[in-house]
Amino acid sequence: MSDIEEVEGPGGPVPPPRVIGTPPPTPRLLGSGDGAEDVAAGHGTEVEPAEERMPDVSDFPSHANNAEKIVAACFLIAFIAGCGFIAAYIGLEVGSVDAAFRSNLALGLALSVALLGLGFGALIWVRQLMPDVEVVEQRHEMRSSDADRAAFAEYFAEGTGASQFVKRPMIRRTLMLATLPLVAIPIVVLRDLGPLPGTSLRHTVWSPGRRLLVYGTNTPVTPAQFSAPGGMITIVPDGYQDDPDQLTKAAVILIKFRPGELNIPTRTNGSTVIGTMNWTVDNIVAYSKICTHVGCPVALYEQTTHHILCPCHQSTFDAATGATVIFGPAPRPLPQLPMTVDAQGYLVAKSDFTQPVGPSFWERG
Amino acid sequence: MSDNIDFPKALTGTGSWLDDRFHGARGLRVFLRKVFPDHWSFLLGEIALWSFVILLLTGTFLSFFFVPSTAEVVYHGSYVKLDGLRMSEAYASTLNISFDVRAGLLMRQIHHWAADLFMAALTIHMLRVFFTGAYRKPREVNWLIGIALFSLGLVEGLFGYSLPDDQLSGAGLRIFEGVLQGIPIVGTYLAFFLFGGPFPGNYIVPRMYIIHVLLIPGLILALITAHLFIMVHQKHTQMPALGNTEKNVVGQPFFPYFMAKGGAWFFFIFGACAVLATFATINPIWLYGPYTPVAISSASQPDWYMGILEGSLRIMPAWEINFLGHTLSLSVLIPFIVPLTVVLGGAAFWPFFERWATGDKSWHNINDRPRNAPIRTATGIAAVTFYGVLWAEGANDVIADKLQIPLYTITWIARVMVFVGPVVAFIVTRRICLGLQRKDKNLLEHGLETGIIRQLPQGEFIEVHRPLDEEELALLEAKKVPALLPGPGSADENGLPAPQGRGVMGRARVIANRGFAETIVVEADGHGNGHGPAEEHAVGAGPAGAEEQAEIGPGELPESSIPHTDPLLWHPHQEPPDES
Repeated sequence: MSDIEEVEGPGGPVPPPRVIGTPPPTPRLLGSGDGAEDVAAGHGTEVEPAEERMPDVSDFPSHANNAEKIVAACFLIAFIAGCGFIAAYIGLEVGSVDAAFRSNLALGLALSVALLGLGFGALIWVRQLMPDVEVVEQRHEMRSSDADRAAFAEYFAEGTGASQFVKRPMIRRTLMLATLPLVAIPIVVLRDLGPLPGTSLRHTVWSPGRRLLVYGTNTPVTPAQFSAPGGMITIVPDGYQDDPDQLTKAAVILIKFRPGELNIPTRTNGSTVIGTMNWTVDNIVAYSKICTHVGCPVALYEQTTHHILCPCHQSTFDAATGATVIFGPAPRPLPQLPMTVDAQGYLVAKSDFTQPVGPSFWERG
Repeated sequence: MSDNIDFPKALTGTGSWLDDRFHGARGLRVFLRKVFPDHWSFLLGEIALWSFVILLLTGTFLSFFFVPSTAEVVYHGSYVKLDGLRMSEAYASTLNISFDVRAGLLMRQIHHWAADLFMAALTIHMLRVFFTGAYRKPREVNWLIGIALFSLGLVEGLFGYSLPDDQLSGAGLRIFEGVLQGIPIVGTYLAFFLFGGPFPGNYIVPRMYIIHVLLIPGLILALITAHLFIMVHQKHTQMPALGNTEKNVVGQPFFPYFMAKGGAWFFFIFGACAVLATFATINPIWLYGPYTPVAISSASQPDWYMGILEGSLRIMPAWEINFLGHTLSLSVLIPFIVPLTVVLGGAAFWPFFERWATGDKSWHNINDRPRNAPIRTATGIAAVTFYGVLWAEGANDVIADKLQIPLYTITWIARVMVFVGPVVAFIVTRRICLGLQRKDKNLLEHGLETGIIRQLPQGEFIEVHRPLDEEELALLEAKKVPALLPGPGSADENGLPAPQGRGVMGRARVIANRGFAETIVVEADGHGNGHGPAEEHAVGAGPAGAEEQAEIGPGELPESSIPHTDPLLWHPHQEPPDES
């Protein structure tokens, strides 16, 4: 440890008087030059602390006492704020929105001050009171010495030989065979996490004669009641108005057009009709509310342009022409719900959707 | 002359008792003097660490009150606007935490702010590591651990903010389910198994809960532990400065300096989260209402770190193809997979690519200045631009609303920018880096302009330059440049064609190598004298001595003459690395 050098110390040269505002001098302590002893002792280590020391406060007498007071003040403030937190916890009731926000303000302020007081105190302590030392440590190569590597290889080869893992393939192969099912079991037991999808994504609860209920009030609706052109309402199927699992697929929007504005060309998918004017009633059309992109409810309707906008990713559909996609990532129009009126004059489904609603899936075809 | 402190017997006795049993003094003795280099950017990773500690503390508190169940209850709590509404227990208990548990709102908001801060700190920390080349040998594994931590943090955050089962997060979860369905072959099954059937079902909240409070935090904790152990074992990198070499580490000892500073930093981070939680409401789930699949609010945005996925979904055109009778939903699949693969996969791949392209197998403990590695810096800025465009596009409706720009226009700008932006960013950044290198070269060759104008006896005016001091010199001279690898058609010392440049991979490697080796060469010994006009030397010149390089223009590089056993150009003022 011959290369330790202490720039300033009580026994050494007296530091020149410092100008206020300049940083304290930086003594540099050198760590062990080669670290050879450490390596020999089996430690990839750093410094030999016993033989050097860091300068302490008395080496730097200036402004230490002031700093001490500031640090103590910070800690004192933190203490008071901490007590304030406990007082606010005990004293301030919650149980209403206003009370909860009042409590949050008091508790939050107290906690903030307590934490920041500790933070500033500790920072000023270390910056102003502790001498600004710099220590140099030697790095050691990560690579093990050739001797260590050779010894490792030798021991490993000896152990492998003793185990006869290489020599006896029957044991080796049956061992690997035995572990295979154990690796598979954690995956297999996840099978009951859920049912298989089956065809459930292809169907909704809409069926012939099922009434369309207005979302929120759960009342059936007649074409006469929904007479103002330009309106859009959300519809849920009668009997499933509170079933989120079904509403995820079965939610519908109903849009009323002025005469002549609605013009849905008949479209087919193979032999299946997927959109036609025949499914509208009195210029009212029903589309799935579930976006064909990733399933958000399409909720924004602009009367003048007849655009339905999904607020999630801005897929835009033209309601007047069969909800065809005019912008955005949705790959296909919103499915149209076949609709008619029942004997009482209420809007009902003519059948289920004739294609899967909502986002694409692999088996959709 | 330390004060002779008399430690109380309780302390020395306990210490001695422990050491008798665990032999701890030997190791801790060394650890107390463990040196940590100081630089503001080294605090970024610490922000992430302390945020995680805050998350554990506040999360534990929240778990005492949160009920991870979607069983339906009728709400009769303190938030009267929702009184009488049917909602899940998860949502009701979150309302309860916010309004009926003392300090509950504070803890919830600190938890959420700390989560956003955790991801932000991780991101910026990773950018610091990238731009300074701190991922190079021997630290590649810690870089990969960092990427794993970031990926886990994404899922942890998504599941965390989805737990309250409010309208906003429910919509996010629905999008997540829709995206899962878009995965080819297994997607529908994945979605059904995760949600226990059709969306939303009654399983997702308890399943997310156990993943959020046990599985992922456990993994994160284990990886952080490994990250820190590796960091301590390998010793931290340091910035180029006077006295800092590849073989030493200069800084302050752990005890008391780093401990006090780290402790102060923890209190500052915690305090900052507390201030935010006090004055800035985050995730006011009571305003969103309970989740229903029928409703949605406009301007639905996820937490910031999910913005890139949200923007990717928004930017995509409606691409979908029918693949052998199956639906391949590219408008979902590409946004889900490509951006994060490009950014995170690219980051994971980069250290190995750089090593391949530079042939640099030495260890690096001095960080690069970003300007001195133009290709790396330009690539990083290009990635940041790519990420940034997608991230901003995730809020395109908000931007359209605030700036009164048509929504589709913004999306079209983003569609162009996501390709053009990174290319432009790459070119511009590379030029800036080389420009800064030229500035450094001028400083080295002519010294610093002092601003003092002096009149010479013959009437001529000159500006006085002063030579750089040794600290300034040390910073500039820490620059290292990868060697040029043998090019195609070049011959080795026996006159045989060099094998490295052959084949597609060989040629690709040579091209990549030319990029990495590009630099502004400083004339040896030309610094600080303030005389002589500077010759602009060719961009693209490499090592093997500046004197040789000075005569070589671009396009006529003497590749075969370069001994590629010496991986680095070391400036003549420095000792060459003698690695064993």
